[in-house]
Amino acid sequence: MTDSLLQAGSVKGAAWRRPLEAIFLPMAALLVALVIFGGFCALAGANPFGVYGSIYKAAFGSWSAWQNTLIRAAPLMLTALCTALPARLGLVIIGNEGALVMGGLGAVVVGLGLGESVSPLVVQLAMAIAGMVSGGLWIMLAGALRHYRGVNETISSLLLNYIAIAFLNHCVEGPLRDITFTTKPSSAELNPAVWLGTLPGSRIHYGLIYGIAVCVLAYFLIQRTTFGFAARTTGGNIRAAKIAGLPVGKLTLAICFLGGSAAGLAGMVEVAAVQKRVNESLVSNYGYAGILVAFVSRHNPLATVLVAMLLGGILASGGILQRSHNLPDATVLVFQGIVFLCVLFSDSLYGKLPWFQEKMIDE
Amino acid sequence: MSPRNVIRLSRRQVMRGLLAATAFGAATKLSGCSPTASSDADGGSASADGEVVVGFIFVGPKDDFGYNQAHAEGAQAMAAVPGIKIVEEASVPETSAVLESMRSMIEIDGASVIFPTSFGYFDPYMLEMAAEFPEVQFFHAGGLYEEGVHPDNVGSYFGYIDEAQYIAGIIAGHTSETGKLGFVAAKPIPQVLRNINSFTLGAKTVNPDITTQVVFTGDWAEPVKEAEATNSMADQGIDVVTCHVDSPKVVIETAEKRGIYSSGYHANQGPLAPEGYLTGAEWDWESIYTFLGEQFVAGKSLMAGDIEHVLRGGLADNFCKVSPYGPAVSEAAQADADAAKQGFLDGDLVIYNGALKDNKGTEILAEGDKYEQQNIELEKMDWLIEGVEGSIGS
Repeated sequence: MTDSLLQAGSVKGAAWRRPLEAIFLPMAALLVALVIFGGFCALAGANPFGVYGSIYKAAFGSWSAWQNTLIRAAPLMLTALCTALPARLGLVIIGNEGALVMGGLGAVVVGLGLGESVSPLVVQLAMAIAGMVSGGLWIMLAGALRHYRGVNETISSLLLNYIAIAFLNHCVEGPLRDITFTTKPSSAELNPAVWLGTLPGSRIHYGLIYGIAVCVLAYFLIQRTTFGFAARTTGGNIRAAKIAGLPVGKLTLAICFLGGSAAGLAGMVEVAAVQKRVNESLVSNYGYAGILVAFVSRHNPLATVLVAMLLGGILASGGILQRSHNLPDATVLVFQGIVFLCVLFSDSLYGKLPWFQEKMIDE
Repeated sequence: MSPRNVIRLSRRQVMRGLLAATAFGAATKLSGCSPTASSDADGGSASADGEVVVGFIFVGPKDDFGYNQAHAEGAQAMAAVPGIKIVEEASVPETSAVLESMRSMIEIDGASVIFPTSFGYFDPYMLEMAAEFPEVQFFHAGGLYEEGVHPDNVGSYFGYIDEAQYIAGIIAGHTSETGKLGFVAAKPIPQVLRNINSFTLGAKTVNPDITTQVVFTGDWAEPVKEAEATNSMADQGIDVVTCHVDSPKVVIETAEKRGIYSSGYHANQGPLAPEGYLTGAEWDWESIYTFLGEQFVAGKSLMAGDIEHVLRGGLADNFCKVSPYGPAVSEAAQADADAAKQGFLDGDLVIYNGALKDNKGTEILAEGDKYEQQNIELEKMDWLIEGVEGSIGS
């Protein structure tokens, strides 16, 4: 059973087989998912090939479709890091939604508080910092509970989501409420000067740049710094890390803070670029979708960018499935579920397909 | 020489994976996302030249026995107008997703009229799109249009559904034996408070001492809290419940299970509670949507000024209606309810008649004063009428 897995020393072509495997498996998974989804469409009375064509056109078929996809992908890149970073330390954090909410709330409080007293750029910077700090502290709370009291971080971060959402509702229905805005209980509107604009020649807001930049930074932090190395070591074997003298407690708090601040930044972007004020619409599943993105990208911050774009494309095609094919509105969720299930399943195939196995040189 | 392995996966692993994938597919397929027949009316994508394409966007599923279903039924009525083709999207959240949906309807389907039906789509999403596409008409359910403030291609329509709630209150007042009514409400915003107050005022015409217990669940779709609230109301001896949430299904079904009476909202929930359903306040979007559809085909528009920017009305203008009475409604109740309905149709019944106090004892209207249905004060309502138990919390 183990013969060919242990031949790492005497390998030919390993340099390209590895990356090839990492490309081939997700692609094959995607193909399988399309076949299964095609069956579903046929059952629902739509022509699968027509549906594939529509999905492609609506997600990646034109510049306008690409913009739609990227707008949806931008917040997911950031919220995914809230799960992906702590995962490198062996923690399963799912408090993304709560961190995003706290980040959005913090950013709006600071944005409204500063008003027009300082230049808009300073306000934007302060809002981003406020969003990151409030989101970061929120998840750090789960990390602290884990480290000092041994509370399961998955459960505590999940419960923190509900607290954050309740706190948001309390704020916008009480202390922060703008009575003149009748659409729904909301804070006052941010000064238009501090809104995040769109990239030149497009309708994509700057959140996309934030997302990609933060993902690249996170990649370097984890793969190329001593901090990242220490975190990965701790994730690999916490006892060994302790014996080696790594500050496990500090690492736990720091990485939880970083994860939470990424989601908090997503909240800041959402209020500053899209909603312009804070209200219950901030709770729209970006956080939970981020968990999915993190797991599918195997907690690799660079892969997160691509997976977020894939999910963004799937979500962007949701409308056309309803309008052109008379499929029910849940179809896009079915497709999303099948794709991610297949990709996660393909995860178990790494190192198991003979063609990608490292072969020993005979004789 | 090297051993050519078969895939290094045990058969069990493969089976497990395949089973999981198919089970997932089957489960999602069977659990309520099967296509509804309602959207077959427009039959494919071929649209003849000269057809007016109208886009409808809903915040939830089209078969929710509530807010979205009421609009979706109205949209189907508009689709029946010759020369109209409708495109629909359901379950679109109030985020940048709705911007993309509107844009895609305009750019890909060629929609020249858009109905973003959820209240929360209006600001900023619908206003942003209206500014970007001045040649497309946008209609919003909620009556928020202000002349001079909002673009010319924006219109709004809304119904005084509290007239129907008032009638439902009369029937509830007649039917209740304990003198205690229950109201499961989402959020303390003016529209909701107005329904609570009108319902209570209707009931008080029958029994001046009647009370309405209000529970705010905090959000438009909170099925668990809605069921809890209904159950605790039944435990307290409340024997008629009604609600203002996106989908009254849970409240009505729970009430039926507990053997108490219920009164519906948004759409007709009679089939959910064949014994205890008294009546309900329903939207009648079909008539207003058919009317607007005919205007579009005739080439009329908001921008040209031949469709009014604010369309409002009550029972008399077919903006809302009362559900058919259930079996538990007595003849006396029917007589009073029908008399009130006639009063609204004739335009001589006013719900908010002085003297009125709120439930903290503050005077709202002095003796002899009244708020007519169109009075703007009613749209800023932030009080609960005497007889309502509960507070709006701020």
